[in-house]
Amino acid sequence: MLEVNDVSKTFFAGTVNERVALDDVSLQLPSGDFVTVIGSNGAGKSTLLNIAAGKLLPETGRVIIGDRDVTKLADHQRAKYIGRVFQDPMAGSSPNMTIEENLAIAYERGRRRGFRIGVTNKKRELFAEELKSLELGLENRLKAKVGLLSGGQRQALSLLMATFSEPEVLMLDEHTAALDPQRAELVSRLTTEIVERHKLTTLMVTHNMEQALRLGNRLIMMHEGRILFDLNEERKSRMTVKGLLQEFENVKGETLNDDRAMLQ
Amino acid sequence: MYTAVELGLIYAIMALGVYLTFRILDFPDLTVDGSFTTGASVAAIMIVSGAPPLLSTIAAFVAGLLAGVITGLLHTKGKINGLLAGILTMIGLYSVNLRIMGGSANIPLLREDTLMTPLRENEWLGTWVSIAIFALIAIAVKLFLDWFLHTDMGLAMQATGDNQEMIRSFGVSTDRTKIVGLAISNGFVALCGALIAQYQGFSDISMGIGLILVGLASVIVGQAVFGSRVIFVSTLAVILGAVAYRVFITLALQIEWFDPSDVKLISAVLVILALILPQWKFFKRLPTFSTLKKTKTSAKARGSYVGS
Ligand SMILES: Nc1ncnc2c1ncn2[C@@H]1O[C@H](COP(=O)(O)OP(=O)(O)OP(=O)(O)O)[C@@H](O)[C@H]1O
Ligand SMILES: [Mg+2]
Repeated sequence: MLEVNDVSKTFFAGTVNERVALDDVSLQLPSGDFVTVIGSNGAGKSTLLNIAAGKLLPETGRVIIGDRDVTKLADHQRAKYIGRVFQDPMAGSSPNMTIEENLAIAYERGRRRGFRIGVTNKKRELFAEELKSLELGLENRLKAKVGLLSGGQRQALSLLMATFSEPEVLMLDEHTAALDPQRAELVSRLTTEIVERHKLTTLMVTHNMEQALRLGNRLIMMHEGRILFDLNEERKSRMTVKGLLQEFENVKGETLNDDRAMLQ
Repeated sequence: MYTAVELGLIYAIMALGVYLTFRILDFPDLTVDGSFTTGASVAAIMIVSGAPPLLSTIAAFVAGLLAGVITGLLHTKGKINGLLAGILTMIGLYSVNLRIMGGSANIPLLREDTLMTPLRENEWLGTWVSIAIFALIAIAVKLFLDWFLHTDMGLAMQATGDNQEMIRSFGVSTDRTKIVGLAISNGFVALCGALIAQYQGFSDISMGIGLILVGLASVIVGQAVFGSRVIFVSTLAVILGAVAYRVFITLALQIEWFDPSDVKLISAVLVILALILPQWKFFKRLPTFSTLKKTKTSAKARGSYVGS
């Protein structure tokens, strides 16, 4: 379970460059929820994820994972509970290390790392088994350096690394955006499969509205640091891309009108 | 030439330390110049005051660990640029080293009982026997590093130098891996200092000056010539690089025109060549040089941003 309560974040506060990235945002994800997040550039989606993951500290508000208040924990301290995949396929794995070494690192997520050998035969079998589920043949390339993989392969590996230790929350930030349509489709399919298999609580940012509607059981739209609307499973299942755009215009129009009313 | 090989093998311990920071952690650590002398002075002062040579050498190793921790703390907790953090520790250590040596710039060990005494008494120095012994020590350090880098902690350290954001997202404190890496590295550098002091029969306040160049030359030349595909090969290449460097310097000094005082300039030119030559088209075609180039390009990928 993930809870973000009354979180605000302003960059360059008090300067001419002041930029409100999040304006009193609250979001609750019960266990097993798979929420897709859409919104225009600069809406605050990444900032929301970065605050939840501890990369950024909020000015106000709290972040709760399970029953732990993690607001004050550094990113690596709360990484125990959070799996992340980033937009950049290079970001989620270590290029000069082998596939099995990367998986061994992921396998020890959040545990105290000591002086046991990282890659044992037993783990190797487990890794090969997990890699098979990606259907990319990576199980035969355990000793290949990750830097030699293609972007799609690397992103699929990142996804596996982020999830196979079953974190309490999975956060995906446009993790298919840098891939060609075919690879994006593959990673998108793997995401659904993996989330279902491990019943992961998931927050997924995407610019692809069709993908946002197809995946997950709930959808939120953000704009200028706020959550504009939040569709539950039932409303989401009836929603179309056109409908989303229409809804966006409606709500945006309302807020604009509010602003005008205030100015008058 | 036997002497050159012996020295090369002892200095290989230092070069392996430099490899750990420079190649694995991607951290150019200049503490080395200071911590080498710290190791030498700690061992020397303990030996002249009657401590057993082995204990004195171990104490030198521990002193090096501490020096590394200081640079690590300055860089991680103090958020000081890595290069500067190393320079600060190095300069501070100059005064500390003088203090350790009781205010004198030089401690002779010639009549003392040191780890080299058995070698000297049996007249093994400058023969295959001592070369074998020093080779065993260097290989022991290499095997330790090989093992360590494959433990859970060691993998986390490798990833720290390769993709920091990623390893943090798996719950590793990169501050911690950096401090531990710097500590181990400088521990070996100080151990090397202690052995060199006993080998040459004195410790001297200026013996560490410019040493980082010797370390870098050994690592860069070693990997360019002997390869760097896996860690097992890399660490072996560093040892061979250290020996090759020492042999090269000895040969260079046999050219009459050169003075012993030219050694530092020769090392600097050697490192410059080792860094520049791989960028030339002709050398890019050589297989081992191209692996060097590869490490560099992926270093760029490591700067990749996270989130957006
Ligand atoms: N580290 C930062 N420093 C300064 N400003 C930032 C920083 N990160 C984000 N911002 C600003 O905060 C606002 C929200 O940015 P954010 O990255 O959360 O948007 P986003 O919804 O992820 O957009 P996109 O779809 O383009 O990725 C933007 O105006 C951005 O310029
Ligand atoms: Mg973003």
